[in-house]
Amino acid sequence: MDNAAAGEMQSGIKPAKDDRLVYRQSAWTRLTHWVWALALFFLLLTGLQIFNAHPSLYIGKQSGFSFDNSVLSFSAENTPDGPKGYTDIFGHRFDTTGVLGLSGGPDDLHARAFPAWATIPSHQDLATGRVIHFFFAWLLSGTLLIWLIASLINGHLRRDLAPRVADLKRLPGDIADHAKLKFHHSRNYNTLQKLAYGGVLFVLLPLMILTGLAMSPSMNAAVPFLADLFGGRQTARTIHFTIMLLLVAFFIIHMLMILAAGPLNELRSMITGWYRTDPPTSGNEPSARSARS
Amino acid sequence: MKRFQISRRGFLTSAALGASGLALSGCDAFDSLSSTDSRVRGVLEGANDLTYRVQRLLAGRDSLAQEFTEADIRQPQRPNGVTAPDDADYRAFQSNDFTEWRLEVSGLVEKPLSLSREQLIAMPARTQITRHDCVEGWSCIAKWTGTPLSLVLDEAKVKPQARYAVFHCMDTIENGLSGRIKYYGSIDLIDARHPQTILAYGLNGKPLPVENGAPLRVRVERQLGYKMPKYIRKIELVDSFTQMGDGKGGYWEDRGYDWYGGI
Repeated sequence: MDNAAAGEMQSGIKPAKDDRLVYRQSAWTRLTHWVWALALFFLLLTGLQIFNAHPSLYIGKQSGFSFDNSVLSFSAENTPDGPKGYTDIFGHRFDTTGVLGLSGGPDDLHARAFPAWATIPSHQDLATGRVIHFFFAWLLSGTLLIWLIASLINGHLRRDLAPRVADLKRLPGDIADHAKLKFHHSRNYNTLQKLAYGGVLFVLLPLMILTGLAMSPSMNAAVPFLADLFGGRQTARTIHFTIMLLLVAFFIIHMLMILAAGPLNELRSMITGWYRTDPPTSGNEPSARSARS
Repeated sequence: MKRFQISRRGFLTSAALGASGLALSGCDAFDSLSSTDSRVRGVLEGANDLTYRVQRLLAGRDSLAQEFTEADIRQPQRPNGVTAPDDADYRAFQSNDFTEWRLEVSGLVEKPLSLSREQLIAMPARTQITRHDCVEGWSCIAKWTGTPLSLVLDEAKVKPQARYAVFHCMDTIENGLSGRIKYYGSIDLIDARHPQTILAYGLNGKPLPVENGAPLRVRVERQLGYKMPKYIRKIELVDSFTQMGDGKGGYWEDRGYDWYGGI
């Protein structure tokens, strides 16, 4: 890293061997990134634990027990063929025995929506799930706020995340490049990266926090319009769950993209900040130095 | 330009490492946090204090929980927990429609009370259509009628050192090793004096059914359902609840749930 730093300082005079290494991620970005990774890991698995306490989602202000406003539910039933686990989505039933609704070993079957390997704690424990969930909800919210302030000050938002007209013009080509697993390594995020990271940080996570608060009876007194904004407390719960699915989808694509684009280089940039770019002559991306100017 | 930065072997190795990380994810590595003695859990529970303080700050003393209209009452109130107490004293009260039952108000008060249901009904009443939010995640909207708890507290003349109202109930929630455990819970005096905190004897225009807590249950509309005990026989004003149960302030609190059920 010291060599790299020296290389960059000297690069205006003579190209050093490490000329292609650029300082891509500030300490604020790297630190908050890993705190989010940790927090989201626990939030997901304790969230599934909490969901298991009442594994049904509804549309509206309340849960229909005498009427049907359910959109998704998990259940287990004894059938002539033995116990089965079911998933009901918009009135369609799927047999999901072994994973959803009913799971566990052959002699240790449990009627539970999400299986033991997907929840923290592994056994049914709503109280502990809530304790861990709210701790990491605070950690995530606090870190998001710190990141937002730091990124406004250090220019990360304006320079790296805000999509420009040129980015949008480049979008079709960028989609085609991703589809062909053709990756350009430059100081700047490509269009799809900007949209994906911006979407998570400015749409999904804030919506996650707001729908979480919309489920709180105390917040319901403080800001009564919050639950109404999302169409009622139970709709807010359904949106909270749906955003979870979108964040899991983001995580999977994020991992695949890192693996395909070069995991060591990508990991290094998120740990040390330094990122190896493509040779300047090989691509049509702006060079590292002009991007930093 | 190189299309792939890593070899196929590198890709497969990374994928395998990633997959094994995922497989390890849930397992039982964090099950020790279930123990209320866990020190890490103690740290994590600090977030509950933060939640309590911030929600008190945002909601203030008297902000009202959302109220709904008759059109929102679409089903009977969903009962939960104990729905048919089999305790001898309760069944005796139930057999003559709770005419023998009395609500005791005791502890840190100038004037201990013993109120019949008729006396409570004769006091000024409040009716509210509110949403019951269970800690499990479901909600149900119903119309509750009852005596504001603040009126009962005023009549009993609460001593200045009192900090919490404790509800002692008639229903056995658990047959523990040391005998039958009857439901108990507590709220602070801010919520006890909140305008929507009522001792409810009516539900959806009818007398409160047994499954929902007859003859009397409390409504604490800015908190979750487990903070609203049913089958109440005594309200005790205390300055501390450390001597009650395991000292966390309620039956569910003693089993790891947060004392402030605001979220």
